[in-house]
Amino acid sequence: MRNVWTIASREYRHYFLSPVAYIVAFLILMLAGTLFVFQIQRTQSYIYQGYYPPAPTAASSVINPTAFMMLFAAPALTMRLLSEEHRSGTIELLLTAPVKDWELVVGKWLGAFLYMLTVFVITLIIPIVLNRLVEPGIDVKATLAGYIGLILLTAAFLAIGTAFSAMFNNQFASFFATLIMIVILWWMAAWPANAIQNAASFFNYLHAYAHFDSMVKGSIALKDIVYFLSLTVIGLFVGTTAIEIRRWQ
Amino acid sequence: MIRATGLTKDYGSRRAIENLTFEANQGEIVGFLGPNGAGKTTTMRILTGFMPPTYGTAQVAGFDIIEESMEVRRRVGYLPETVPLYPDMTVYGYLKFMADLRHLPNADDMIDEALELVGMTERADGYISNLSKGMRQRVGLAQALLHKPEVLILDEPTIGLDPAQVVEVRNIIREIGKQRTVMLSTHILSEAQQICDRVLILNRGRIVAEDTPENLQARLMGAERALLTVRGDSDGLAALLAKVKGVKNVNARPDGGVEFQFEPGMDVRPEVARQTIQAGYDLLELRLLGLSLEEIFLELTRDSKISR
Repeated sequence: MRNVWTIASREYRHYFLSPVAYIVAFLILMLAGTLFVFQIQRTQSYIYQGYYPPAPTAASSVINPTAFMMLFAAPALTMRLLSEEHRSGTIELLLTAPVKDWELVVGKWLGAFLYMLTVFVITLIIPIVLNRLVEPGIDVKATLAGYIGLILLTAAFLAIGTAFSAMFNNQFASFFATLIMIVILWWMAAWPANAIQNAASFFNYLHAYAHFDSMVKGSIALKDIVYFLSLTVIGLFVGTTAIEIRRWQ
Repeated sequence: MIRATGLTKDYGSRRAIENLTFEANQGEIVGFLGPNGAGKTTTMRILTGFMPPTYGTAQVAGFDIIEESMEVRRRVGYLPETVPLYPDMTVYGYLKFMADLRHLPNADDMIDEALELVGMTERADGYISNLSKGMRQRVGLAQALLHKPEVLILDEPTIGLDPAQVVEVRNIIREIGKQRTVMLSTHILSEAQQICDRVLILNRGRIVAEDTPENLQARLMGAERALLTVRGDSDGLAALLAKVKGVKNVNARPDGGVEFQFEPGMDVRPEVARQTIQAGYDLLELRLLGLSLEEIFLELTRDSKISR
């Protein structure tokens, strides 16, 4: 476990030197901030006109747009994790150090995950401000469930990215493979459900958006948590296996 | 201590090394010598646990490289051919990272020691990206020495260094080799000759010779060679020498010297000198030519003439 932490903390610090990480943080915070301001203004103007529309929520201003951004942020943040080590030859250092393959993969993933958590902490400003603007305050339980959903989704997407990064030397290959995989899970996983009735529940279960959306709506169900945690574990397992297979080649 | 038995590695259908069996003992510096693609790096990668062999096995520092890889890795210091550095880190930060991965108890002291050994103490806070190639090589070496490993495996440790640095690094290696096991690869023959106690010559994945540099020389010399130089014109000298009893393979060199061979134990030099002077030449030099490791190497890697 100590090795996981050593690798994660190096990776975490590396993000603060990386333009890609700053761009990701900038885009997420800018999108969330802009949407938030826009929604507040729109609600305000409705109120001047005498309507009382539903107040903006943390889900609509922060959690949903951030989850959408994660489709691109996860591949961008993970693409170099192991690809770069292979390309530059530093993988030889890590694979001949007394570090288990899984510790390396989990450490890399954890570094990226902690970086995203840091960005998410900054976004908390919005629900906090929103809480003061609306009466009788925001729905804390739903906001919390939404954030948990966002965090679980991020863990899973980053694990998928880490797995592809372990497979490719080329960062772009890793980026696009991750993006395609995530897009399939997010949008398309449930499509075959209509066509293949027998396996409908299976394809519906694969659909990442459905699990996330149900959490954003305030329900914390075991099946949704299990879904994202399984994706994370599978991603990290595949990444570790990829490293092991590459040793043999 | 390194003990390899029948190491074989296939990359797909290409066999990189075949049935390598060798030993390196404590307090010994063993050199892997061979042209590019001979299998030096592959062998070192197997010994360090980077990749498993296809067949065969090895023990490093008393542990099996496959079954007890973690134990081996704890006891081995490895400098790969492409020095594995993170340019975004400082020299200290990089060594601290490695010290943490190796769970070194008094990391700072060990980092100081390693930096001192490679002469990089003053650059500890500098970023690796700003270092010259020679300095990077030394940081890589510091990383390999950091945990005072029992076995040190160095892949082309002096490549890219300037002559003064080469001397320094060789001295460091020699110093370490007194107590530990060092295995290094090189294609610089004089380097192997200077610092290795024993040399393994590798060609196309096989060991074609294994001995001390001195013995290798002796073994390959089927005949003694000597060079004769006279002042001025040496015309006719070759013909004269050819008539001397015991002299073989006379060869007039373009620079005016004449090379010849004779059976070991039948020294013809006194007779050659007499004849040369009697014929009216001014004798300047008459000396034996040793076979350099360079020549041995070319000889061996050309057609794998010597078997072990």
